[in-house]
Amino acid sequence: MDELDRRIINALQGGFPICDEPYREVAEQLGIAAHELIERLGRMLGEKTLTRFGPMFQVERMGGAFVLAALAVPEADYERVAAAVNAQPEVAHNYRREHALNMWFVLATETPEGIPAAIDKIERATGLAAYAFPKLKEYFVEMKLAA
Amino acid sequence: MMEAMALDADDRRLIVATQGGLPLAPRPYHVLAAQLGLAAEEVMARLQRLLDTGVIRRIGAVPNHYALGYSANGMSVWDVPDARIDALGEAVGRLPFVTHCYHRPRALPLWPYNLFAMVHGKSRDEVEAEVGQIAALLGAECRAHDVLYSSRILKKTGLRIGG
Repeated sequence: MDELDRRIINALQGGFPICDEPYREVAEQLGIAAHELIERLGRMLGEKTLTRFGPMFQVERMGGAFVLAALAVPEADYERVAAAVNAQPEVAHNYRREHALNMWFVLATETPEGIPAAIDKIERATGLAAYAFPKLKEYFVEMKLAA
Repeated sequence: MMEAMALDADDRRLIVATQGGLPLAPRPYHVLAAQLGLAAEEVMARLQRLLDTGVIRRIGAVPNHYALGYSANGMSVWDVPDARIDALGEAVGRLPFVTHCYHRPRALPLWPYNLFAMVHGKSRDEVEAEVGQIAALLGAECRAHDVLYSSRILKKTGLRIGG
């Protein structure tokens, strides 16, 4: 990743324009050609420097729901449980964290009723009790890490 | 619970067509329009409306934290008085290294924490220093805290809705 890649990432953490030629508009601000911006984005996506490029959806505004949940998984059973949790399509991310609650995942469903159903499926598939931590209030959500 | 916006069938098709990403072509909205059989102006107007109503948070790039060198990420969790949590949560959310900050329920006795702040750093020492800044900001309002480091990404696909 070079200096221009970093400038591109920082420029694109804000709002990408909605117009006929949005890449050209951003490229002009960066002092490069539109095709160079497009090529670099394609490369950074291919190399996984970027996990995605496009609209970020707020699932609750679509009538759906997001919930953070956790399991306390016995170490010897960790791989089996990880596979069982990851197999559920409602699981958007899943991380191992170092705590008694050592598996933390986010469920995304198209309706709020989908959440208890997904939790029930996970409990049955893993044989473990799932702890749900729905957000009661959001104070801040923004990626603002400098590249 | 946040109020849901009414989405019609074309909105849903547009969401399904873009949830994997925006086309990397000089006129990406025209590409989508051709795929969906809509006019480019209509695609742009619908995206603008989804943005204005908050269905789309923003259009942009999501960097891989690890690739940017932010290899340490800690979920810092705090037990603060419910009566003070909104003011404290707003203050913690304003810190530059906090990327997500939420009020969530406790799960007693296992889990006494009600304020969650995701902290990113280039090393665990940097994260520890950032957590120290949050502790200083909360002062005596914080009754207990912990930091849960992620040691492995088990899955990361993001939102997927059906077509």
